[in-house]
Amino acid sequence: MSNKTNRRDFLGYSFAAVAAVGGAASLVGMKQAWDPLPSVLAGGFTKVELGELKAGNPVTVTWRGKPIFLLKKTAEMGENKRDLIIGSDRFTVAIGLCTHLGCIPAWKKDKWKCACHGGEFNASGKQTFGPPPRPLDLPPFTVNGTSITLGEEGPEYKKIAAAMMA
Amino acid sequence: MAKFEKANSVGEWLDQRLNTTGLNKVLMTEYWIPKDINFLWAMGVLLATTFGILLISGIFLMMYYKPDINLAFDSVNYTIMQEVAYGWLFRHMHGVAASVVFLIIYIHMFTGIYYGSYKQGREMIWISGMLLFMTFSAAGFSGYMLPWGQMSYWAAMVITNLFGGVPVIGDALVVWIRGDFNVADATLTRFFMLHVFLLPITIMGIIGVHFYTLRIPHVNNQTSEEFDFDEEAEKYLAGNKKESKVIPFWPVFISKDLAVLGVFLIFYFYLVFFHYNFAMDPVNFDPADNMVTPAHIYPEWYFLWSYEVLRGFFFDIAGFSAFDIGLIAFAFANGIFLVLPWLDRDPKILPAHKRPLFFIWFWVLMADLIVLTVYGKLPPTGTNAWVGFFAATAFIVIFLVLPIITKIDAKRRGDA
Repeated sequence: MSNKTNRRDFLGYSFAAVAAVGGAASLVGMKQAWDPLPSVLAGGFTKVELGELKAGNPVTVTWRGKPIFLLKKTAEMGENKRDLIIGSDRFTVAIGLCTHLGCIPAWKKDKWKCACHGGEFNASGKQTFGPPPRPLDLPPFTVNGTSITLGEEGPEYKKIAAAMMA
Repeated sequence: MAKFEKANSVGEWLDQRLNTTGLNKVLMTEYWIPKDINFLWAMGVLLATTFGILLISGIFLMMYYKPDINLAFDSVNYTIMQEVAYGWLFRHMHGVAASVVFLIIYIHMFTGIYYGSYKQGREMIWISGMLLFMTFSAAGFSGYMLPWGQMSYWAAMVITNLFGGVPVIGDALVVWIRGDFNVADATLTRFFMLHVFLLPITIMGIIGVHFYTLRIPHVNNQTSEEFDFDEEAEKYLAGNKKESKVIPFWPVFISKDLAVLGVFLIFYFYLVFFHYNFAMDPVNFDPADNMVTPAHIYPEWYFLWSYEVLRGFFFDIAGFSAFDIGLIAFAFANGIFLVLPWLDRDPKILPAHKRPLFFIWFWVLMADLIVLTVYGKLPPTGTNAWVGFFAATAFIVIFLVLPIITKIDAKRRGDA
């Protein structure tokens, strides 16, 4: 009797083990079906000329479907560790999505204000009011003369990213 | 195999094979409902009917809708609205039903809370009902995305970003849910699948479970009187209908339900034909633009209260960021109703007007939900932000005190 029971238990456990492995494998497959497609991941690189910006007037460009804020700072806007310095000019380079829930803040006089939940960011992209948990994010870029290419991690980007982490 | 006699009618033939007579008794003519109820007990049938309207109008919309970011907006606003015969009617029926279904869900829910129909054996009715509320919410959100207007897009942006608050994997999870770095074509197509297939089929399954959960604890009544359903049913079947405390679901209870349903449908079709605009936000008639956030965004009315809890916490407290507090409060608001049967420490089932403190608690909750709903629609600036903060805090406090006040009620009555 006990022999038979053991044999049945063994069959039961074997079945459960095979089913578990198969189930887990199909979950991995289903998870990957929802991952971004290779064509999305390969998403483009955007080159922007910074020399033409007017101080105090931010512009917005698109990179990977996201808005990127580029602002040449005026003297009153002060210095910040994330400033991109080219020659004697200081620039704020930021992903233009509120770090709260991703709305696009609009430039109002001297700061970005988010309409969704009232968050505010100053000219250096630092959060100054409301729910945003951190400053505007820094997109990866490389610098060539007075232009930058979004999407590649250059030495200037790495330096600023490290300074922001500190 | 069972032995089958020759049948004399189609009905008999089916009865031999499917026991339709027995099934009809169990589900309809001998499914017992208490007599002592009011129109609020008709909300279940109203909800089932509204879900049916959503399903049928949805099928007709699906035949012309195109889940592609380049085609979606025009397939709704041009093809369905201008070209398809009665396309406008199906769209307005679908949109208005999606909105009023939440009104009825809320009435159904708060009726349950008022009469204590969620505890002492009725926990599974409550839990399956809350699961329906959650799946309906998911269906409402995913459906709102489909016309691919500005509100569709930015609602999708904000809601998918909520998952960024999950510790460690948050950012990767957001990209995974969207299938892209921002809300894009992959996002629209997968939410279309959820809206037209996975969620409706899940809802239908849970509706079946929800009906079944009523079977053993039975429907509650106006005075929460406990009685033996079998005994009362016997009285009814013996012809003692006046003395019996129960009526059969079919045809007695349903005839009262259909009367309430008639009133509801007049209200519903009045909205569909003359006031459909309340369910059609003007901002959503601008095509989605990932480079422009509308000046002021807000969800549909039925999400406003939890939206206001989310954004009510706009400043950091004791080292916790405003973002995290808001998100935790939002999770609390959406999860707390699920455990309501265990927050209520009163061992007796009674309607709220027989439970002095609980009665106050109930109406304070109603008032707070109304304040949250009203301020959820207003821009979050100045005084509004503070009203939101206090109303959101009040919401949490209301649920934290529930175990205490229900205990006090029971003690004063001498039940604990």
